[in-house]
Amino acid sequence: MSELSNQNEMHQVPFRGGGFAPTARRGVGLAVFLLLIALTELGTQTGFITPLTLPKPSDVLKTFGELYSSGLLWQHLSVSLSRLLVGASLGASVGIAVGVMIGLFSYVRAGLLPLVAALFPIPKIALLPLFVIWFGIDEGSKYALIAFGTFTPTVVATYGAVDNVDRGLIRMGQSFNLSWWSIVRKIVLPGAMPGILSGLRISLAIAIILLVAAEMLGAEYGIGAYILEAGSLYDLERLFVGVAILSILGVTLSACIGMIERRLLRWRV
Amino acid sequence: MDIRLSGVSHFYQQTEVLRDISLEIPSGRIVCIVGPSGCGKSTLLRLIGGLERPSAGEIHQLGTPPTDCLNPLTYIFQDFALLPWRTVRGNVSLVLEDHGIRGKAAAEIIDDVLARTKLSDFAEALPKQLSGGMKQRVAIARALAVNPAVMLMDEPLSALDSQTRELLMDDLIALWSRTPFTAVYVTHNLAEAVRLGHSIVVMSRRPGQIREIVHLDTPLQQRGLGNAEMDEKQKYLWQLMRDEARAADAELIDV
Repeated sequence: MSELSNQNEMHQVPFRGGGFAPTARRGVGLAVFLLLIALTELGTQTGFITPLTLPKPSDVLKTFGELYSSGLLWQHLSVSLSRLLVGASLGASVGIAVGVMIGLFSYVRAGLLPLVAALFPIPKIALLPLFVIWFGIDEGSKYALIAFGTFTPTVVATYGAVDNVDRGLIRMGQSFNLSWWSIVRKIVLPGAMPGILSGLRISLAIAIILLVAAEMLGAEYGIGAYILEAGSLYDLERLFVGVAILSILGVTLSACIGMIERRLLRWRV
Repeated sequence: MDIRLSGVSHFYQQTEVLRDISLEIPSGRIVCIVGPSGCGKSTLLRLIGGLERPSAGEIHQLGTPPTDCLNPLTYIFQDFALLPWRTVRGNVSLVLEDHGIRGKAAAEIIDDVLARTKLSDFAEALPKQLSGGMKQRVAIARALAVNPAVMLMDEPLSALDSQTRELLMDDLIALWSRTPFTAVYVTHNLAEAVRLGHSIVVMSRRPGQIREIVHLDTPLQQRGLGNAEMDEKQKYLWQLMRDEARAADAELIDV
């Protein structure tokens, strides 16, 4: 082969190693948002999209301005945020505790894992009437619904994270005679933190979904109540204002977790 | 403090990994354990340190460890086992915290062991910033911090490149010359064994048995590279091991 090839011909070695390594591209996400909104605006202005199909983004913005200047925005948002905060922190903290116990104790694992698997696929919204009876029509049932909904995904993420903690590190702790509690606190929990935080991303998104569901029954104020009212009146502008607020809430929460991750997980390679 | 193993055997389910091991580890000496892969030498080390229970036989500590000894049987692992979320200082401090040593007392011990392992300038670095050799020096510093009576070293240099290995061997010899420690040193590298071992235990393939114990009388400091006597010993050890290693290599792994 090599004798046949022409020694005088010279090619650069072709590069074949590109791709498969996504890097940060600032502003592209925002550009996609803006492009979609601009297209919708164009479509609705020209009449290509009928007002029954989609509201004009400019009208939605105007409605949002009205909501803001009337002071109602803060009233809806504060009620919703406090429900989200109480419900999600209750569900997440109990979920992390139960998840760690499943990860550490064989009997808890054997006893609770099937239960968690049985609870996970239940649409929590279906249980709302039950929660109203158990915890009352006011805040109690709403907290319970959100807490219950965040609990199961947090448990699953947490025990998976605990399972994935490097056994070598635990054995190291034992070989230095660290107490059981020290091993849990200083080795297991920090080691499980990346998995717990990525689980929280999912749990919090579910909490926002359930927030709207919780506000379907017996809520005067709240983003969910606002959306449902707009929906039943087929007031598309207000509906989209509500939906946009939920989206912004989701992006904000996800950014918060990103910040916590950067702070707590600086040690990661 | 000496360690004595009498008639130790070990099984994993049906597989016999160690058969009737009797061994004396005298204080102030380094005992190297060599053998083909899968001969149970790491298992033996875990048994000696109490991380696993032998299926049969007994392991005794003879005498009591010195009073300033916080953790008599202390491991150094092949994969370093450093907490990635703690700095070098934090990793050493980890093993002191449980003994109630904090603040100034801890800082004194940490500064001392980091100086002995030439890590003083890297006290605030995270493990991910360190090279493999430095990581293992942190692990050695951590082990020194608890004043071990016996160091149990599980292939401590196997994850490092050969230059770093040479440097770390020199460091270990310097540490031993300053204050002789007792150590059980498991390795598959015969060069390491003849450099560091006062006696070398050669094991057969699974089930691991002691084939021969080779004693080396040359002081550690005089065992530099190219020492003819060491080469001779290494060749002899390889003679002992070659057939075992070949047979072990051809075995199917069913554990």
